[in-house]
Amino acid sequence: MNATRDKARTALAGRAIAKRFGSTQALSGVDFELVGGEIVGLMGANGAGKSTLVNILVGATQADSGELRLDGRPYRPAAPREAARVGVVAIHQATDRAGAPGLTVAETLLIDRFADGRTGFFVSPASIRRQAVEIAEASGFALPLDRDFADIGPAERQLVAIARAIASQAKVLILDEPTASLSQAESERLFAILDGLAARGLAILYISHRTQDLRRLANRVLVLRGGREAASCVRPIDFTAALEAMIGRPLAGAHIAAREVAGEVALQVSALRLGRDRPPIDLAVRSGEVVAITGPLGAGKSRLLLTLFGALPIVEGEIRLDGQPWRPRNPAEAIAAGVHMAGEDRRRTSLTPADWPGGSVSAAIALPHLARWFPSGFLSGGIERSHALDAIRRLGIRASGPDARLDTLSGGNQQKVVLARWQAVEPRVTLLDEPFQGVDVGARADIAAAVRAQTEVATLIATSDPEEALEVADRIFLLDDRGLRPFSESAADGGSASTGVSP
Amino acid sequence: MSAAPNVSSAPLAASAGARRGLGGLLRRGAVFLLLALLVVVFATAEPAFLGVANFMSVLQAVSVVAILAVGVTISMAVGGFDLSVGAVAASSVMAASYAMVVWRLDAAETVALTLAFGLIVGLVNAALIVVVGVPDLLATLAMNFLLTGLQLIPTAGRSIATGLILPSGVSANGAFDPSFLAIGRARLFNVAPIPVLLMIAVGALAFVLTERTRIGRLLFAVGGNEIAARLAGARTERIKTLAYAISATLASLGGVIVAARVGRGDVSSGASLLLDAVAAALIGFAVLAARRPNVFGAVVGAIFVGVLLNGLTMLNVPYYTQDFVKGAVLVGALGLTYGLGRSTT
Repeated sequence: MNATRDKARTALAGRAIAKRFGSTQALSGVDFELVGGEIVGLMGANGAGKSTLVNILVGATQADSGELRLDGRPYRPAAPREAARVGVVAIHQATDRAGAPGLTVAETLLIDRFADGRTGFFVSPASIRRQAVEIAEASGFALPLDRDFADIGPAERQLVAIARAIASQAKVLILDEPTASLSQAESERLFAILDGLAARGLAILYISHRTQDLRRLANRVLVLRGGREAASCVRPIDFTAALEAMIGRPLAGAHIAAREVAGEVALQVSALRLGRDRPPIDLAVRSGEVVAITGPLGAGKSRLLLTLFGALPIVEGEIRLDGQPWRPRNPAEAIAAGVHMAGEDRRRTSLTPADWPGGSVSAAIALPHLARWFPSGFLSGGIERSHALDAIRRLGIRASGPDARLDTLSGGNQQKVVLARWQAVEPRVTLLDEPFQGVDVGARADIAAAVRAQTEVATLIATSDPEEALEVADRIFLLDDRGLRPFSESAADGGSASTGVSP
Repeated sequence: MSAAPNVSSAPLAASAGARRGLGGLLRRGAVFLLLALLVVVFATAEPAFLGVANFMSVLQAVSVVAILAVGVTISMAVGGFDLSVGAVAASSVMAASYAMVVWRLDAAETVALTLAFGLIVGLVNAALIVVVGVPDLLATLAMNFLLTGLQLIPTAGRSIATGLILPSGVSANGAFDPSFLAIGRARLFNVAPIPVLLMIAVGALAFVLTERTRIGRLLFAVGGNEIAARLAGARTERIKTLAYAISATLASLGGVIVAARVGRGDVSSGASLLLDAVAAALIGFAVLAARRPNVFGAVVGAIFVGVLLNGLTMLNVPYYTQDFVKGAVLVGALGLTYGLGRSTT
């Protein structure tokens, strides 16, 4: 980008980084430069290549081509451990990986030293305590050193992760949506800490959708789209331009999907609380309508869907299904009543191992419908197969056939299989939690079209990416610690999770 | 087995298929190739090995282990591991003997009572695992200990035969019902021993249940991804309970066969049953390179070990090397399944 920049200060630079997964080109020639003392924002929709880039930087995966340099020397980490040793550390969104339940915070801070043997073989509680205090002081955080890691909240876990990174002499710090689970005050504290770290010469790559975070922090913003650099903005950053580069079209009229739907109210939620201390939620979804709920991680989007699906108990409030009170006790009851749900993270919540029985496309689609399709109990006849063939045709699933093992399908096609499972029998209500997770742009459009084609079904989608909501939903709401409200209002007041999309 | 690779035109699947090729075929058939090799070697060294009588005696010897291995396999299908089968079988031997010698029950009553005992143990196992939340290995291992001790208490540690002196000082004079003994000793058409027929029946029924019914799908779905199974509407608690109930009931059936064959309630019967059954179930992972619990493989695994031990005995290999041989087969089978498997997938 800028060859005249002082080489001594350049911490990490990449040139023409490319990476392909199967048929998906995740990154196609990205250039970037992180300089000590600077905070660089990284923006991009799901599937733009952000995670792939981060994984390459920390050695979790290797680039197919291109060149990385750390302090001017070639840098090709084979594993995160190797990257950490030379000072490149990523702090993941899932902060539960920053430590282990059963260890105190003090012990958690010392895990790296235990692992590399710096503590010696025998450790005393006093020496752990002393070293932990040193690490905490070096980071400048007040950490509850004696508490169990399992008992501290996401904000404190985030700080523990950062403190560990600083203690391991990090030169480059990568943060992935660090404020997703933080309150406003906690975020402010984190920003001050990051400013301090940058002033001490660390290079920071800050991945976020939140323009107000980036406005507050970033010296520069790099925007990825479809695996390429779509824009690179320096201060003063024009966030409208950055967002337009991110989504690839003008912001005005971004909500292309909105329709007026006049169906009957299928799902009615009244004064539902997702926890004793959470605000009540009111929501109505009409038959044929697609409603999306967006909001930060941990705001309760998944919790809401799981409650409607009977997988979590109703804390307080009322749900009505087609006007009748609805209190499902488990998913089986919900499915029997025509309420379907595809959970987030398909590998965890939807798919069974590909090399076990039930690991084919047709069996994955059939799983919830076995009792209905095979009343005799025996797996006979072609019903499973014909449903699979129908789904393959309708959703454009790229698979060798109904018997194809799921692990031969790309992420987007696996996600289509999950959707096909819940569309194989027409429901009253479909709940989709992060249906575009790890899905490329093409499959995303197919999935959105298939969801919107269901004119007799009320669909409720949870997504942390407002861009996805704009593409698929007729109406959009924001759920955060203040409750549920229309997304357009939240955008006007610079809402906590919005990309700042405004008409 | 449904693990057959699909013929396909997708680039990913096609390249995987090409890599399978000959190596894959060898891996899938490895256990059968070895079995054939063993038969040839043993038959050359000792022609009597090939006779129908010897073949039936091998099958009879492995029938109990095979039936227990089927149970263990079903518990593995739900992602669990039933380590109580050995003790369930052993205590079923005692229960059946006690029922006839002390309570003077007839064959039908004894069998019903013993199978009910197994079923109850399975339900207790399931309650510990599903309701209380004890990890499956720990729950069933604890149950193994409990039953191993419990079976000694009614007779104060004595074996059960007619004339047994009970702890109360009373002499029990009931006897084994001849029709009960037939379960372990009779042969159909003077050729096929009843235990072998029971093994085949259990294997066939369990194979159909696990591979060809929706219950089987649900068993594997729960074992493969319990969260996904629950969110797909499966009553995962019921499925797991079913698996442990089947496993323990089959184990008590194994105990019935042992009691009928031995004709007395021997306190030391079933000492090696657990490990033999687990070994057979695990060798089953290598059969057809399934790399997962499967009923067919478990039965083949039990027969494989039986053939090996029978042949070695005929060749006068000392008795005390048997456990070593079984262990070596197990290590080899698992190494083959997982080690070679990794490089081709």
